[in-house]
Amino acid sequence: MGETMIPYRRPVRFAWWWGRRAYTLFVVRELTSVFVGAYAVLLLLLVRRLGQGREAYDAYLHFLTTPQMTIFHLVALAGALYHSVTWFALAPKAMAVRVGERRIPEPVITAAAYAVWVVASVGVAWIVLRG
Amino acid sequence: MRRSTEPLWWLLFAIGGAVAAVLMPVHILLGGVGLAAGWTRDAFAYDRILALASHPLGRLYLFVLIALSLLHWAHRFRYTLAEGLHLKASWLPVEVGTYGTAVVGVALAALALIRL
Repeated sequence: MGETMIPYRRPVRFAWWWGRRAYTLFVVRELTSVFVGAYAVLLLLLVRRLGQGREAYDAYLHFLTTPQMTIFHLVALAGALYHSVTWFALAPKAMAVRVGERRIPEPVITAAAYAVWVVASVGVAWIVLRG
Repeated sequence: MRRSTEPLWWLLFAIGGAVAAVLMPVHILLGGVGLAAGWTRDAFAYDRILALASHPLGRLYLFVLIALSLLHWAHRFRYTLAEGLHLKASWLPVEVGTYGTAVVGVALAALALIRL
């Protein structure tokens, strides 16, 4: 009696996210942001090199096509795709869209997100390749 | 970072997440994988990309894409670091390392795009 109560804290394994599929996939999903951020940095560098002139830009393109960077791009593409798929799966849960009394069903919102994705991707590809 | 700024960072994370979900894969495909494979090499010629990127809409587009992607990363990675490595998300080095890095990147992007 009279002793200070110390709340029990369940010990957490340092690598708690390793070994259970659901936990590991959760951490993989969270880590997709690293690829999103890293590719934003590459785009930023592209703009800087572009501003420095033709030679700097061409040297940067050469760097982008080295085998190491190709491997990076493939992994980053997989990460970005995983981000898109998980984001669109969560979008209807994060925002409930209502029309009058009726709530728009989740699959409809997800389908709309995929439609926007396809249209935007085709649009960007069109502008970059033909614009 | 004071508690009161949390909704702002979250909002930028959410908008950035949506923008990155819709636009990042096609950019990596065109400017990364496609470039290495040679499919987009002609499209990435200096004069073409300079014309596209220095167009007012091109500058605005690139700024929004780069800035929001960095801010999305900062907020999500802050919590990934905290949960994955058992750190406190409100620990100053974690906040400075994530939000600070993103804000510097946003400023550099603005500068590079203005100078283009």
